Parts: sequence; C-alpha cells; structure tokens
Amino acid sequence: MSEPDTPAAGLREATRSGPGRVLIAVYAVFALAATARSVVQIIMQFDRAPLAYLLSAFAGVVYIVATVCLARGSATSRRVAMVSCSVELVGVLAVGTASLLAPSAFPDATVWSLYGDGYGFVPVILPILGLLWIRRSGRVAQPAPTA
Amino acid sequence: MIPLLATVLIVAALLGALWSLVLLLLSRPVGKIYLLGFLTLVEIALAVQAVLGIVHLAQGHRHVQGVTFVCYLIAALLILPAAAWWSLTERSRWGMGVLLVACLVIPVMIVRMNQIWAGSSV
Repeated sequence: MSEPDTPAAGLREATRSGPGRVLIAVYAVFALAATARSVVQIIMQFDRAPLAYLLSAFAGVVYIVATVCLARGSATSRRVAMVSCSVELVGVLAVGTASLLAPSAFPDATVWSLYGDGYGFVPVILPILGLLWIRRSGRVAQPAPTA
Repeated sequence: MIPLLATVLIVAALLGALWSLVLLLLSRPVGKIYLLGFLTLVEIALAVQAVLGIVHLAQGHRHVQGVTFVCYLIAALLILPAAAWWSLTERSRWGMGVLLVACLVIPVMIVRMNQIWAGSSV
C-alpha cells in the first residue's frame, strides 16, 4: 500500500500485508479445517471421543480468533492474536505430548495430536511464525525516529 | 467420486500452485489475470465434482461417512474464491503466496475425499 495516513493504519498494513497476508491465509485454512471437523464430529459421534472433539473445537476457536485478529491488525487485536498464538503453542505442545504419553485418552485424533503430524506438523510451526510475525510487524510499523 | 475428475483436479491445482510460486519468485505478478482465469476453471471443475459427488452419494451406492464427505465437497468450493479475494487486495508478491497456499490445500482435500469415499477411517 502507499504511505499510511496514521500510525494505526500503518500498523494495520504492516500486520496484514506482505508475508503476513500468507500467514493469515494459512490461519484461515486451519480455522476452517479444525472448526468444520469438530462440528461434524461433535454432532455425529460425540460419545466416541468427547475429549478429542472438544479439543478440536477449542483449537478451531483459537484459530478463528487468531485469523480475525491478525486480519484486523489494530493494536488491541494484535494483543489478542498474541494471546491466542501463545495458547495455540501451549495447546499443541501439551496435547502433542499427552497424545504421545497416553494414546488411550485420544481414541480419535485432534488437530494437535502428535504435534499435528496429521497436518504436516504445521500446527506446531504456525503459532511460532504467528508470534514472530506480530513482533516483526510491530517493529516495522514503528520505525526508529529519524533525527 | 469420479477418479478421473479427481485426478485432473489434483494435477490442475498443483499446476496452479507451481504457477503461483513462479509469479511469487518473479516478484512481479505478470499475467496474474491468466492465473486467475485458470483458477476459475479449476473452481468450475470443483463445483462439478461437488454436484456429482452429492448425486452419487444420494444414489446410495456407497456406505461412506456422508456428512463428512459433503462437508469436504462444499468446503473445497470456498478455498479458491476466498484466496482470490484475499490476494487481490495485496499489491506485493505475497498475494501470490496466498494463491499458492490455496492451490496446495485443494489436492490435500481431494485426497481426503478419496479416502472417505473409499471407506477408510477418519
């Protein structure tokens, strides 16, 4: 985009353009995948693996929040996105480890099982990229004062 | 599922991914309009696949997880239009990156549809 008029617009552009645009697209794909999958599973066969399906639903919500907040790119929504990326990272590490140690608790896979191996390990990489991107775009939007 | 259509769609989507990657690396979206035209054809083929898939399912030839299958058929229709919209408002080369991601998602979804159609477990 051309020169942003205000710092807020600059922050928004820095967050949602460039590589950030691709990152948001990947987040949107995971929001759709995790949410649709868990909705179908919860409606069709909730009794089979309630914990796994609820975790998938939770993951879906976290992805939706991250997608929307990164795409909005305001100072507040960036903070929310940072929290949801952190929750996502903790979640994928916790669920990944739990599914390794106690596979019987997860009769059906979630997005985060085995650190997301069913999704090419993207679920474990995505929150790290998200956090790095929020940090970097924040720096770009606030260039060092030129004197 | 029609095996030939599914295979053509996978190949076409991978070609779209390669095309997007080349434009991304060129960092100048030359001929972007042709890529979008090509992806429109892919989208039409996906719509044909969705209609045929639902018709075949309704005819009840198969004992498959119907709801999941239909969800995949319909969700696959959302990917390319959403990606095109999201990439058009990006002027830098990264708009092509969005199309690249979308073009890689399509084959994955079709492979999953094939697995569900073949009756393997989720």
